[in-house]
Amino acid sequence: MASEEMEQLVRREYKQGFVTDIESDTVPPGLDESTIAFISQKKEEPQWMLEWRLEAYHQWLKMTPPSWAHLEYPPIDYQAISYFSAPKKPEDRPQSLDEVDPKLLETYEKLGIPLHERAALAGVAVDAVFDSVSVTTTFKEKLHEAGVIFCSISEAIREYPELVRQYLGTVVPQADNYFAALNSAVFTDGSFVYVPEGVKCPMELSTYFRINAANTGQFERTLIICDKQAQVSYLEGCTAPMRDENQLHAAVVELVALEDAYIKYSTVQNWYPGDEEGKGGIYNFVTKRGDCRGDRSRISWTQVETGSAITWKYPSCMLRGKESIGEFYSVAVTNGRQQADTGTKMIHIGENTRSTIVAKGIAAGRSDQAYRGLVKIGPRAKGARNYTQCDSLLIGDQCGAHTFPYQEIGNSTATVEHEATTSKIADDQLFYCRARGIDEEDAVSMIVNGFCKDVFQELPMEFAVEAEALLNVTLEGSVG
Amino acid sequence: MLEVKDLHVTVEDKAILKGLNLTINAGEVHAIMGPNGAGKSTLSAVIAGKDGYEVTQGTILFEGQDVLEMEIEERARAGLLLGFQYPVEIPGVKNIYLLKAALNAQRAARGEGEIPAPEFMKLVREKSAEMKMDPSFLQRAVNEGFSGGEKKRNEILQMLVLQPKLAMLDEIDSGLDIDAMKVVADGVNSLRDANRAILLVTHYQRLLNHIEPDHVHVLVDGRIVKSGDKDLALELEARGYDWVLEGSAA
Repeated sequence: MASEEMEQLVRREYKQGFVTDIESDTVPPGLDESTIAFISQKKEEPQWMLEWRLEAYHQWLKMTPPSWAHLEYPPIDYQAISYFSAPKKPEDRPQSLDEVDPKLLETYEKLGIPLHERAALAGVAVDAVFDSVSVTTTFKEKLHEAGVIFCSISEAIREYPELVRQYLGTVVPQADNYFAALNSAVFTDGSFVYVPEGVKCPMELSTYFRINAANTGQFERTLIICDKQAQVSYLEGCTAPMRDENQLHAAVVELVALEDAYIKYSTVQNWYPGDEEGKGGIYNFVTKRGDCRGDRSRISWTQVETGSAITWKYPSCMLRGKESIGEFYSVAVTNGRQQADTGTKMIHIGENTRSTIVAKGIAAGRSDQAYRGLVKIGPRAKGARNYTQCDSLLIGDQCGAHTFPYQEIGNSTATVEHEATTSKIADDQLFYCRARGIDEEDAVSMIVNGFCKDVFQELPMEFAVEAEALLNVTLEGSVG
Repeated sequence: MLEVKDLHVTVEDKAILKGLNLTINAGEVHAIMGPNGAGKSTLSAVIAGKDGYEVTQGTILFEGQDVLEMEIEERARAGLLLGFQYPVEIPGVKNIYLLKAALNAQRAARGEGEIPAPEFMKLVREKSAEMKMDPSFLQRAVNEGFSGGEKKRNEILQMLVLQPKLAMLDEIDSGLDIDAMKVVADGVNSLRDANRAILLVTHYQRLLNHIEPDHVHVLVDGRIVKSGDKDLALELEARGYDWVLEGSAA
């Protein structure tokens, strides 16, 4: 579609008649049993789901927030948060791109986000996604033919209750940690994927194509199940900076891989990091865990973390099945006042399990970040192997990078290798590039992208290109 | 083309160059020779704009422009290019990518558009063949895992692609065996033309057997103490730097 046409479509006035009654779709701030009952009722959930939520809530009440992370933030008032916020009314949202913060638009421009997506991302009141309806329909048909279920978790709870009930909370139990318990009690949406036995999902699944993807950010719950010999690649997030009214985000992602199944989960996270002083940025407390339940199963996490004021996130793998494989490839970039404490856990339980960790941290400005990784080899994990490589790159002299590797080896036949480096972006590398005519900012991004290459090449092609652009925008102004 | 006048440079408060004068015209090849620690490498580093060198006195003009007022990348774009004695490794950045970024940055500065991909590929293939470099080098990370000779050839490859007005080559012959020296020298010689100048910084005369200079300067203790033609290099080879020192002291 030509861009002018697109522009016209985007600028088209919001049509009357699309409005649904959303007056009653709000709850006042605060959290108690009635809030949870309200959410469950709104979602038309079965009784067991409500009970599951309440169980989580009661556990959460007995828990305290974790304090071990290398992060600093004021205590969060959980009673000041509204746990069910309906979409903003169209008249309360910007009516066109002209009303959107020009700085945000400038960023979209730099990232090469198509015009119709810009409007949707900035929360403009036109139904900008309508263009992709036909795409979505074709997409759904194809998946249906393959037998793949891909829908929102709310829909899955209603339509496929047995599947959800069988797997929900089996990877990340309700009381796993403070934020997971909170999520279990109040989650409002997220994705559900089931790939049946022997099926290789015919396309990469992305939240972008999921209907109702908007406004699910705060307490997302995602559950992906790959049956025997099945395969799926799932893309989460978006490279465009996402703004959200809600400061606290506590998502839970559970992956289950049965025998010979392969799940590849890629994330590009770019939540609003706050202004230069870090004000208004998103707090992102995420629990992501994959369970290699079957023999020879494989779960691979790839993440590019650039946004949020605070990131607390450790995508992990439970390697139960014999010869199962866990992988973690990560690039975390912090600038300004951002803080990130991120890493992974590889829990080797089965025999001959293997894991690979490649973590790249880049700190600029006055940001601070930590890599925290646990490699645990259980007594039955004979012949288990792990390779860990974590590298940090510092830009400027006001930022910090820390590495906290933990190893618990309960088995003498295991092989565990760990390599770590911290380097400052080398002046002689910068000089070399500049002495070839490349300006300083381009030189920095070239060097940084080179540093991240091992991870970027694990990303699906299109994502990798976006990730590079994103990195450049994130580090803009970090030198000089 | 290049005019260095009364240049005084200190590094960490230690005087390295102490009133250096040098004029290079288009079409000329100059060789700066001298004992270790005389300030040879400092001269090319200061002209290229490397940090850590403080110019306390003097001027450097390139085609009438005040070089000391220009950013590092502006100097390169103006046509002043430094070939490094110890080229750095840049992990994860493909050699070909650096070449293309550099070429396009220089083209942009001249108001030209980006080079079309097929044209660029043709250019770099041709030039790598001249430097006897396997095309696979282009796909490898910049200088990573390159041998000493490969790094030097890679420096000249960049010169051939970027076509500077003044190519400054710092100890380009160090660590080269005789075959590699020949390839590097052929590359440098192919740059010679009436509109371009070359500044060679070298410790040994043997490079000058392959690249014949128009002018040879002897740099001792931060100053050029003797200048001459190519025969001066041969004389230095035969009689050593002490001979010049005695002469200048007298």
